[in-house]
Amino acid sequence: MPTFVHTDKCDGCKGGSVTACMYICPNNLMKLDTTRMKAFNQEPDQCWECQCCVKACPQQAIEVRAYQDFVPMGGAVIPMRTDTAIMWTIKFRDGEVKRFKFPVRTTPVGSINPYDGKPEAADLDSPLLFTEAGKTLPTI
Amino acid sequence: MTEYSFGNPEIIEIETDILLIGGGMASCGAAYEAKRWAGDNVKITLVDKAALDRSGAVAMGLSAINTYLGPDRDPQDYCRMVSADLMGITRDDLVYDVGRHVDDSVHLFEEWGLPVWKDKGSEGMALKDGGKPVRSGKWQIMINGEGYKTIVAEAAKKALGIENIIERCFIVKLLLDTNEPNRIAGAVGFSVREHKLYVFKANAILDCCGGAVNLFRPRSTGEGNGRTWYPVWNAGSTYAMAAEVGAELTMMENRFVPARFKDGYGPVGAWFLLFKSQAVNAFGENYVVKNAHMLADFAPYDKATVVPTCLRNHAMLKEMKDGNGPIFMDTPTAMKKLAEKMTPAEIKHLEAEAWEDFLDMCIGQAGVWAGMNIRPEQNMSELMPTEPYLLGSHSGCCGIWVSGPEDINSPAEWKWGYNRMTTVNGLFTAGDGVGASGHKFSSGSHAEGRIAGKAMVKFVRDHNGFKPSLKGDINAIAEEIYKPVRTYLEHKDKTTAEDVNPNYILPRLLQQRLQKLMDEYVAGTSTYYNTNKVMLETGLHLLTMLKEDSQKMRAKDLHELMRAWENYHRIVAAEAHLRHILYREETRYPGFFYRADFPKLDDANWKVFVNSRINPETGEWEMKKVQHVDLVTKRYEGQGH
Repeated sequence: MPTFVHTDKCDGCKGGSVTACMYICPNNLMKLDTTRMKAFNQEPDQCWECQCCVKACPQQAIEVRAYQDFVPMGGAVIPMRTDTAIMWTIKFRDGEVKRFKFPVRTTPVGSINPYDGKPEAADLDSPLLFTEAGKTLPTI
Repeated sequence: MTEYSFGNPEIIEIETDILLIGGGMASCGAAYEAKRWAGDNVKITLVDKAALDRSGAVAMGLSAINTYLGPDRDPQDYCRMVSADLMGITRDDLVYDVGRHVDDSVHLFEEWGLPVWKDKGSEGMALKDGGKPVRSGKWQIMINGEGYKTIVAEAAKKALGIENIIERCFIVKLLLDTNEPNRIAGAVGFSVREHKLYVFKANAILDCCGGAVNLFRPRSTGEGNGRTWYPVWNAGSTYAMAAEVGAELTMMENRFVPARFKDGYGPVGAWFLLFKSQAVNAFGENYVVKNAHMLADFAPYDKATVVPTCLRNHAMLKEMKDGNGPIFMDTPTAMKKLAEKMTPAEIKHLEAEAWEDFLDMCIGQAGVWAGMNIRPEQNMSELMPTEPYLLGSHSGCCGIWVSGPEDINSPAEWKWGYNRMTTVNGLFTAGDGVGASGHKFSSGSHAEGRIAGKAMVKFVRDHNGFKPSLKGDINAIAEEIYKPVRTYLEHKDKTTAEDVNPNYILPRLLQQRLQKLMDEYVAGTSTYYNTNKVMLETGLHLLTMLKEDSQKMRAKDLHELMRAWENYHRIVAAEAHLRHILYREETRYPGFFYRADFPKLDDANWKVFVNSRINPETGEWEMKKVQHVDLVTKRYEGQGH
């Protein structure tokens, strides 16, 4: 299910050196064609269809087209993600559309204070993790 | 100023106390824990081949956390479950250690913002305050996990400081120390985006780059090549890099062959556990029940409350070979039964849950259903066992032999001072890297990363006078890493079509050659996972020539250079797998693979770990049996998943 980029929607992230899709793709697949200033998937058969680029694209220019070596044509699975929820649109080959919405996070993005209110480092030689300070660790 | 260009990279040398290689759950856990202990005096650097927000096996998300004990589950029972599923040969010390620490990581995830499903009556109450999770099985809890990795990554980034994280840098080799034998000293890699080659010197290194995918010819060889069950970017780097500096590996014969929804490889766990669905053959028969007598050959593991994953595959394969396929997940019956006691609103919610299971972690499966007009309440879906995968965190246990926790009453040979340190001093691993202890999943990998992270800080404290001195000439190593580039530049104009050239091999074609030989000789799908001594020796002969030819890979750009080194790692991981299967003369994991010349389980001779090591001086593989001991008394009934 490789990604594809709508020519008319992609703006190459306005000339930034790294587009959002290039930044995020876990498999380094999205690439900017610097002549046209449009992104494309440089190795479609290595696409895991994780849709990380689709979710990240500020222009909603990227979609996924199902793997043609085993999926009949016509379906689509399209995410719309905010910082708190994701809305999925599922289009069936026969035309039916389903929509689902799920939460993705209960706290504001960027709000994590990893050590706030946590115990200080104590005994480096004990088997306790720092957040487990004061606990009695079971053993065998 | 020198202009760096393709083939002429800038060499950047970085000295750090602790180097974390990889950016997945284990590494994020290590970053979080190690930084707290390290304070500002110990420098920690994390290097990720991708972007931390969406790297590793949890990049897409997950719909469940598969390891959460909660207040009323005993880590000893967790050891029993893991042992049963992995046919008796696991390290109880390592598994127990994950079991006793894992909940703390899950509590952090929830605190950081991961939505965890709660039972009626405890909505809004955090797990750590007694909130009751929705359990899909004995050890699993349900989450809204689309953003799981972004949340865990944010905590790791904040802990470590963004200035200590290098993204898009692919580490390809570990380096030993010149002065001290068997001592890690550094690592080298390259940017996949810029003309930069990185040389790290470190006191302690965490090697955690996931499992190994695409060693075997996948069932889908066209565009669907990328639709692997485990992440397609996991190239066995963890195992290969450790093996090449002489770290001892363990149980590399083990593999995982997940039976999943056909082609899309969507998860089945929630269907079995949460929706109580049954898998049946073409004629509606439950093949595990039907073939229970076959499984008795693999006693006592067949008596586990949840039949071990490989044995369930074994029963499925029997049906497929007998012509009783396809195998179906009977989703309509399951949903109908659940709906009998539900209101229409609850039924709608159930349908959403069923789709979310895919959308959170395997969107491609939703695409398969949409494209095929499959609605789970109306249509059954086919199941299929996949191509084999190597991993140490899911229902598999291959990996690196590590030192265990000191406070557990384990054999002296299982601990040498620093928890999760490999047999190479200063080299640690976690997650998929740790062998003989599967079923950690995402949460256990994070917890294990934390365990390793703390131990690394301790190691650095105890060895603070160490001055790394990299073995080998850096310029020569840089040349070796860039060799595929040199090969390409030297020969590309000698033929009129640069992809067909007798002077080099494309990384893509080298990968296909690897996949074909592993499939045909090392128990891939085309032989129904069967092999024997002669097949393995033939495969090894071909693999040896492939390894020689890997020196002739080309790279026409940095992306292809990444593929070249990934495939080199795949070859080393594949060789370890092959040699271990050749060494273990029994069939311990039927349904994952069969030694057709030794078709039976042989506990008398083979209830042992198999460990291997490449002698870094000679390059020769050394194989040995290592005694297995149970630290927890094993009884397999009543330890349901």
